[in-house]
Amino acid sequence: MLRGTGDCMPGNAPMLTILIDGIAYGMLLFVMASGLAVTLGLMNFVNLAHGAFAMIGGYVTALAVNRLGVPFVLTLPLAFLVSALVGVLAERTLYARLYRRSHLDQVLFSIALVFMAVAAADWSLGSSQMLISLPGWLQGRFEVAGVDIGRYRAFLIVVCAALVIGLQLVLTRTAFGARLRAAVDDQRAARGLGINVGGIFAATFAVGSGLAGLGGALGIEIMGLDPTFPLKIMVYVLIVVTIGGTATLTGPFLAALIIGTADVAGKYYIPELGAFLIYLLMIALLILRPQGLIAPAR
Amino acid sequence: MQRRSLLLGAVLAASTALAGMPALAAGGEPFKVGLILPMTGAFASTGRQIEAAAKLYIAQHGDEVAGRKIELIVKDDAGVADTTKRVAQELIVRDKVGVIAGFGLTPLAMATAPLATRAKVPAVVMAAATSSITEASPYVVRTSYTTPQVTSKIAEWAAQQGIKRAITVVSDYGPGIDAEKTFVASFGAAGGEVPQTLRVPLQNPDFSPFLQKVVDAKPDAIFVFVPSGVGAQFMKQFVERGLDKSGVKLLADGGITDDDILNGMGDPALAAITGFHYSAAHDSDANRAFVEAFQSANSGMRPNFMAVGGYDGMHAIYAALEKTGGDSEGDKLIGAMKGLSWESPRGPVSLDPETRDIVQNVYLRRVERRDDQLWNVEFETFEAVKDPGKTGS
Amino acid sequence: MTYTTLSPAGSAAPPETERRASRDLMRRVRWKPAEIVFWLVAAASFFLLPDRHLLLSEIVILGLFALSLDLIIGYAGVVSLGHGAFFGLGAYAAGLTSIHLTGEPLTGLAIGGLAAGLLGLLTGPLLLLRASDLTRLMVTLGIAMLLLEAANRAAWLTGGADGLQGVMIDPLFGRFEFDLFGTTAYAYCLVVTFVTFLIARRVVSSPYGLSLRAIRDNALRARSMGIPVGPRILGIYAFSALIAGLAGALLTQTTMFVSLDVLAFHRSADVLLVLVLGGVGYLYGGLVGALVFKLLQDWFSAITPEYWMFWMGLVLLVVVLIGRDRIDAAPRALLRRIRGEGRA
Repeated sequence: MLRGTGDCMPGNAPMLTILIDGIAYGMLLFVMASGLAVTLGLMNFVNLAHGAFAMIGGYVTALAVNRLGVPFVLTLPLAFLVSALVGVLAERTLYARLYRRSHLDQVLFSIALVFMAVAAADWSLGSSQMLISLPGWLQGRFEVAGVDIGRYRAFLIVVCAALVIGLQLVLTRTAFGARLRAAVDDQRAARGLGINVGGIFAATFAVGSGLAGLGGALGIEIMGLDPTFPLKIMVYVLIVVTIGGTATLTGPFLAALIIGTADVAGKYYIPELGAFLIYLLMIALLILRPQGLIAPAR
Repeated sequence: MQRRSLLLGAVLAASTALAGMPALAAGGEPFKVGLILPMTGAFASTGRQIEAAAKLYIAQHGDEVAGRKIELIVKDDAGVADTTKRVAQELIVRDKVGVIAGFGLTPLAMATAPLATRAKVPAVVMAAATSSITEASPYVVRTSYTTPQVTSKIAEWAAQQGIKRAITVVSDYGPGIDAEKTFVASFGAAGGEVPQTLRVPLQNPDFSPFLQKVVDAKPDAIFVFVPSGVGAQFMKQFVERGLDKSGVKLLADGGITDDDILNGMGDPALAAITGFHYSAAHDSDANRAFVEAFQSANSGMRPNFMAVGGYDGMHAIYAALEKTGGDSEGDKLIGAMKGLSWESPRGPVSLDPETRDIVQNVYLRRVERRDDQLWNVEFETFEAVKDPGKTGS
Repeated sequence: MTYTTLSPAGSAAPPETERRASRDLMRRVRWKPAEIVFWLVAAASFFLLPDRHLLLSEIVILGLFALSLDLIIGYAGVVSLGHGAFFGLGAYAAGLTSIHLTGEPLTGLAIGGLAAGLLGLLTGPLLLLRASDLTRLMVTLGIAMLLLEAANRAAWLTGGADGLQGVMIDPLFGRFEFDLFGTTAYAYCLVVTFVTFLIARRVVSSPYGLSLRAIRDNALRARSMGIPVGPRILGIYAFSALIAGLAGALLTQTTMFVSLDVLAFHRSADVLLVLVLGGVGYLYGGLVGALVFKLLQDWFSAITPEYWMFWMGLVLLVVVLIGRDRIDAAPRALLRRIRGEGRA
């Protein structure tokens, strides 16, 4: 039974509720940003179109839920797969041609892709907000030890935590992960060792795009979804990746958590700062640790 | 020598006279309407709705008024004010439009107002909602609504219902702050108290900290003003926190349950009581016909308040041109628009002759499910509301 | 480090090197025929295209803005996603000057440029962190976003989201009114841009400019040569900010309006896009890019107001895939073919 919020005692509980809200938001940001962190760190490719893959995943879920009646949770792997597929296709046909180009050319390229993606989404799905209805068991709140927790937020935390652990395991325990880390550290040496770097690029890009798509799907409830989503989300994702550094996955993870909680807590306790907080925080963190939270081991 | 200079003088005089009277020289010359809308970018849905409504009006009422053919030129400004101004200027100077219309946001209208004055071309505001727009130029006419018009009535109604303490939650930008100030003033005047005014950053994906404050403060009601796309997020998080069951009434500007997306919002929308000037469920024949025609012309897309602003804007243009007998001179058109009144799909409307702003009914509505669709159902009406932002609240 | 004079007396280098070095420098400073054609065409556009002056003004302003970005990206190697901050500050400074001080356009222009240049000086040191490109990029972005929020908060001063009302610009030199056709505006923008371009050209062809290029290519080596990297970067950054401020001021003065949009993120993103499109590092890239981008946008937008972005993206994609080198080489190759055939 859902206890009314009127029974809640202000004081401790709001702080923890806010904390959990912030953590959920941060983890969502991480899932979206992880793909970019890896492609940037591995392929040294500035992919500003990363948000477009998140948008694809979001729309896959929205369409599957609204038009096909697929249960929300089942659409999540679908969002991942479709975005991954689009990612692989794009990587093999377009991205691969630009690996040796300057960063500025890559910026131009990815912005061109975003333009096309935004207009295409607008044309096929309309410019209004795309909304979904969550299944009943994900709606509302429940109480744990006097703390009010949103069900969807808890779900987000669980799913994202599982993803993080999974990613970390793949990186550290599998052969693929070892090869990936080798390729990130020193591409030439890795190639010299016979590692199929091109294949790793493709696979990593696919997974990165897939994760972005999953993030987009999970984020519909919190951030909304419309054709301009890639542009809106790019700034946050870039902030996470820059603060966290591209050498590890832990860096962006911590960065996302810090940003998520600081943003939410800041608005609760110091609302006068409002939108200033996240940018001030970013600048401060970048001044303190210009190489990212977890700097590459040199 | 003398004859030639006389002839030259006569020709010059005649051409000057002709240049100064385009309507006479034209006779059957087309009357061009320059519709400048955000067709791309964050406010593209506004542009879509208004364009569809304008085209519907022309399709329904024919493209000829008082012997002049109506030509609609649609241009995108992507919601950027200097683009709006440049496009408007080009429309006036190159395409020689008789009227410019649209204006999806306040700064777009404000940037163009001086231009309208200078060129003596009427500017019909079909979307923007800040009071001061019509004061920026004597050639501006509005057919949308103003935020204070609607907010003041919501506040009045709230006080009538015995609501004593209300917190305002608005987006931290011009229109939001306007709404907050109007609510505080009107609610206060009616005997209510606003213990907290919360301002949410515009680029804000997450409302949870603000809703948490509402939970802490336990007011009788909250008044909300957020841009229309964001309303859905807000409603969901409001309901997710259990606030709808906690006895806190959710009062909002109607943009939160925008007809464009209302149907997709699901059950969380049922918690909202909104005040607004248009609902697609408005109970009148004119509206039913409008909604039906709009939906069949636009693949089932439901018209919203933007569409009705565009529809009525076209009506104002048509009616004014009819009144002046086809004379498209700016001053005459504005004179003809002042005091116009007609039955719009939203209800009876008129254009105030002193302020050139729209005078219309403001309705209080609840969201209800009918035929498996969500609609804003009106249950109370405030009639012929003028914009208090000018006449003082 | 003072550059050794070109006079043979008192120099340590052999005279042959001296001559080569001075010839090189002179070559940079000398005007190429293509450049003269470019500016002649620009001037001609004023007379030949009287009904497009409004669009042309917009192109020139964007081009000037992109030129300012080229100074730091192309010549100092610092990528910025926050240049819109200087553009916006210049725009607001000019607007506020016209309301509170004087409607005289040149004053507003100067104040706009100086305000932006000052901000550049103040925030420049942040760029000198030992950081990666990405970090500097985000810091510049952060500053621009902070300025946007500050302008939003200070609505009592800036007019907030509704925009600054009452910007009235007096006729230029007391005679040329800013007319409805945008003629005065275009001439004004064109002349300001040309003069600024001349100054910028002088700076980059000078030894100072060369030292910047050295810094861009390899900062460590430049430092070891004795070039004061920090102050040089700061200097060009402030100069670049000043020019961006001039562009912003021009926008306010020619449209007689300024709103929060001048500080929006898309300004910084668009100018970067335009510059990369036109080509970085030869000063004309910004102007060419602005011309191509705006003309394409205007053209596509007239055909399809809703979906022009798609076609724009497609064109940009094709341009990138083909590659600037091949596009640049095309006219040269064509000329060679024509000449070659003639010779053969």
